[in-house]
Amino acid sequence: MAKKNLISGSIWDEYSQKVQDLMNNPKHMGQLTLEDAQKTGTRLIVADFGAESCGDAVRLYWLVDEKNDVIVDAKFKSFGCGTAIASSDTMAGLCIGKTVDEAVKITNIDVEFAMRDEPNTPAVPPQKMHCSVMAYDVIKAAAAQYKGINPEDFENEVIVCECARVSLATIKEVIRLNDLKSVEEITQYTKAGAFCKSCVRPGGHEKREYYLVDILAETRAQMDKERLAKSEFSDNFDELTVVKQLKVVEELLDREIRPMLHMDGGDLEVIDIQKGADRMIDIYIRYLGACSGCASGSGGTLYAIENILQEQLSSSIRVIPV
Amino acid sequence: MREIYLDNNATTMIDPEVFNLMQPFLQQTYGNPNSLHRFGQATHKALNEALNKLYDGLGASELDDIIVTSCATESINWVMKGIYFDEILNKEKNEIITSSVEHPAVLASLNFLEKKLGVKVTYLPVNSEGTCNVEDLKDAISDKTALVNIMWANNETGMIFPIKECASIAHEHNALFHTDATQAVGKIRVNFKEVGVDYASFSAHKFHGPKGVGGLYIRQGLKLTSLLHGGEHMGGRRSGTLNVAGIVGMAEALRLANLMLNYENSHIRKLRDKLEDEILKIDDVSVIGNRDNRVPNTILASIKGVEGEAMLWDLNKNGIAASTGSACASEALESNPIMEAIGAAPDLAHTALRLSLSRFNTEDEIDFAAEQIKKAANRLREISSTYAYSPKEM
Repeated sequence: MAKKNLISGSIWDEYSQKVQDLMNNPKHMGQLTLEDAQKTGTRLIVADFGAESCGDAVRLYWLVDEKNDVIVDAKFKSFGCGTAIASSDTMAGLCIGKTVDEAVKITNIDVEFAMRDEPNTPAVPPQKMHCSVMAYDVIKAAAAQYKGINPEDFENEVIVCECARVSLATIKEVIRLNDLKSVEEITQYTKAGAFCKSCVRPGGHEKREYYLVDILAETRAQMDKERLAKSEFSDNFDELTVVKQLKVVEELLDREIRPMLHMDGGDLEVIDIQKGADRMIDIYIRYLGACSGCASGSGGTLYAIENILQEQLSSSIRVIPV
Repeated sequence: MREIYLDNNATTMIDPEVFNLMQPFLQQTYGNPNSLHRFGQATHKALNEALNKLYDGLGASELDDIIVTSCATESINWVMKGIYFDEILNKEKNEIITSSVEHPAVLASLNFLEKKLGVKVTYLPVNSEGTCNVEDLKDAISDKTALVNIMWANNETGMIFPIKECASIAHEHNALFHTDATQAVGKIRVNFKEVGVDYASFSAHKFHGPKGVGGLYIRQGLKLTSLLHGGEHMGGRRSGTLNVAGIVGMAEALRLANLMLNYENSHIRKLRDKLEDEILKIDDVSVIGNRDNRVPNTILASIKGVEGEAMLWDLNKNGIAASTGSACASEALESNPIMEAIGAAPDLAHTALRLSLSRFNTEDEIDFAAEQIKKAANRLREISSTYAYSPKEM
């Protein structure tokens, strides 16, 4: 909380002149028809995103030249507040002249930036950033329809903060790398939670699947657990009996390695642990499922497994796939 | 550009007569009414007169207390938290019953008691008109109930609740009864003694009085743990140097509002009904609640295919002030909660438009507003991706 947050209610004052003008007179509002497509020798794409019951719904029309995948015209219709109308209008304008692949790269950040009067002054107040997210999502829906694929194929990451487009993996990584302890620090490092703040904690403008407070708590807990495990095992791993070494290795595999392999349909089992003549500890593993026969099993995956075991248990560990 | 204010359930302008009466107490007659010197005596006299007006205007007996607070929100919080200390903490009663469509001041206070202090709160549903059923209260109440809280009139729909019956049911079960009368005072006849409430909250700025002053009625002999300690103001029930100008203004605003009740219930009601009839001529528009059981100034309309804030933007552009719901929640992206509570179709959740008149509105203004609402509905439906728009003759 700070002085600027003590008085609310004047969000309209924070709209840029461009936003206000587009709210009053959108340039690309309307629809495109099959007749338009026939006349121009293009393909008509009509994509919807959102729902009236959620307060925002947008429909995007494209005429795409299939010879070069260029969007020759775009229009929109929108059920939403004025900023949703302005964002959709800007988004439609940005699509025109781009190829479908280029259009997919237009983010809500681009849409918001295009509506700024001054490069350093946001076009809308933070709580209205979600309106530009709609514009981003409907482009994905239109492109997916054009390419005949699932819109989710464009997203290979879980997005926690849609306003700033920050993924779950990035947030976790930043917390770990920088030993972050507060949500404010996450926002400073990533911009996640800086805009509409819905992703900070439950009870914001919109319900979210992931919240920064939970991600922070879980990641910190995981880091503490790892530190504890490391301090418990690393000092004396080399001196443990083979049975105890196996137990420790299995625990670590379950916690940190197997979940990664399971995501790709694979797994591994420990076959044996032997002390080598050169004072190294050889851990013999066998890949299972999708990992068996995978080229990475003797490359990247193997190195990753070995690194984790070395880092957390002993630098003497050597992993040997059989 | 002409400016037409149709957001009087959010706040009202100070009646010029009220304003004139308040002015001396800001500069000339500014003594602390608790002081013994002549500066204090002058304000003390004015306070006495103001209190007499409040007691007369609200139907309180000499033995009841009307404590001046800063607003209805403070009064409501005081009752909810005071009841916890007096009736729930270390006692067998542990339940409060309320309706599901109360003002956030009630719902947030009860949420605090629920989450932080383990109080059981039962929320009575409302029917399609937006009021609660007395039978539901009869089913829900028990000997464990410490307080029943039902608003007198709803801030969004204007619907009037069966307060007298609810208070009677509460008392049959030895429970106390509080009503949030904020949207009733000044719009309909209010007599706290007659309806038998134990506590009632109200706020001056809702009936053309000043902001920052409100009141809490406490029935004769009832205790209520004080939340503000520090002095002997208001008989020791609420400390803090008295806002004399505000109290004088509130009392006069109440007197004038009560004088104007007939006008409110005839002329303003007629203007409200005219505006409502004009809006209902637009296709796919509905209005929540029977107009005969509403305070005379309020309309909550749902205009299908038109998002509430977009409508407000268009109206504001043309000089008309309205609301999509509670002004306190104007930055929230959530839909108007009343729409969900009455069981409206999900696609109407974000289409609420609240229009609330006052005795300062004119017929000419209402005609202009109706025309602008129609124009805005047409423009936004033309843009709408969810509404099949077909242009109509205006």
